Amino acid sequence: MKKTFILAAAAAAVVAGCATYTPPTKEETMAVIRSSFQDRGIAKVDRLNQTELQKICSETGNDPPKDVRERLEKQALAAVKFPADGKWLGDYKLGERVAQTGVGLQWSDQPNSAAGGNCYACHQLTKEEISFGNIGPSLYNYGKLRGYSDDIKRYTWAKIWNTNAYNACSSMPRFGDAGILTEEQIRNVMALLLDPKSPVNQ
Amino acid sequence: MRATRNRAGRRHLALAAALALATAGAAAQEKDRTIEEIERYRQMLQEGNPAELLVVRGEELWKARRGPKNASLEQCDIGLGPGVVKGAYAQLPRYFADVDQVMDFEARLVHCMVTLQGFERAALVKSPFSGAGQRQTEIESITTYVVEQSRGATIAVPQNHPKEKAAHDRGRQLFYMRAGPYDFACSTCHGVDDQRIRLQDLPNFEKPAPAQRAFATWPAYRVSQGALRTMQWRINDCFRQQRWPEPIFISQGTIDLITFLGVKAAGGKMDSPAIKR
Repeated sequence: MKKTFILAAAAAAVVAGCATYTPPTKEETMAVIRSSFQDRGIAKVDRLNQTELQKICSETGNDPPKDVRERLEKQALAAVKFPADGKWLGDYKLGERVAQTGVGLQWSDQPNSAAGGNCYACHQLTKEEISFGNIGPSLYNYGKLRGYSDDIKRYTWAKIWNTNAYNACSSMPRFGDAGILTEEQIRNVMALLLDPKSPVNQ
Repeated sequence: MRATRNRAGRRHLALAAALALATAGAAAQEKDRTIEEIERYRQMLQEGNPAELLVVRGEELWKARRGPKNASLEQCDIGLGPGVVKGAYAQLPRYFADVDQVMDFEARLVHCMVTLQGFERAALVKSPFSGAGQRQTEIESITTYVVEQSRGATIAVPQNHPKEKAAHDRGRQLFYMRAGPYDFACSTCHGVDDQRIRLQDLPNFEKPAPAQRAFATWPAYRVSQGALRTMQWRINDCFRQQRWPEPIFISQGTIDLITFLGVKAAGGKMDSPAIKR
């Protein structure tokens, strides 16, 4: 009697489909994702090929184990390209322009047009610009609060070049490492943050 | 139509004036006032939604005998049985036995236009979204009519069939997948509370309330584009900004993602077509 009941219940479950469900594997899902995107303009499907860091961050909820995190940070820092001539700061007015502009690397952008940094999308910078996002911390008075030492300049350059050097799986793009901004543009953004005359530090 | 446009024009002026006004005075206060004014602008927008006109056109297209087979879409089964439109959008995407697939509304609409009316699939999916200043596409118009018929209906994207569960699970993996030159996932912007890009609020899809609000209000009329935009468009434009390649219209991946979002939004009340900035 009991056996018959269990069998009947199992049969019903199969019919309803609950007993037969096995979640798709990561690889099966990746195959579906790959088949769902196409090249458009400069944005090609090879962008779906994840770097090791992207894969680890995706699979760990951006919180990898301590040893993995330390390894990723060390690798990122080791690959930072510091300015060859030792010149850290450019023109803060041009840096402000980079911070305001959000275009670049989208399928709607031209291949050779300069990308922006879009800093204001996520950060407060100057007092004058009131339309700023809050995904990143406020950078208002960045240099005034931290000082203008070479150590701070070196740290800031590395942070902009590859944010993962100090915080693996950060939400911020790798502006230097991924080739989003040129060295010259980064120098100008550096000036926006670390020139004592910049509106950021007033 | 003209009256609607004039009203919209005046509202643009009101916003511009509000923003100009907001540039004087102390910074913190300015920001609060700007956000207040933008909120007021959004409120004003609710009064006259140009999408209402599209509902009418969409209903005509739904009921008219068209295509090589000279048939209407009234026998199209969008999940609650042939011809049942009321409340159906709130339960999509879902599994359809006749195609053995999970489909969102736009995929199902294309399926019905092909099977019932005899239109060519390739022609339908070639340009599903209207360009700037262009007439809204038939897909956009019909979608507006059908979603309007679910206003007030409870969002209940089914998770009974194994393929519905698989769609959800793949959608979740896609939502958290970081890729491309900017390392962005959907969750970079939509997985944290109270985040903003500039002054634009970003719904956190891990929390029921913001997920419900977001899912319930697409499709929406986008004032800045002067056009009705569907959920497939919304997904497409997110991936553009994520610096990913382009999602193929009504591809499995887009349906999976919409399924994941819809399940997160369970219990919300549909309120579409909405009107947005």
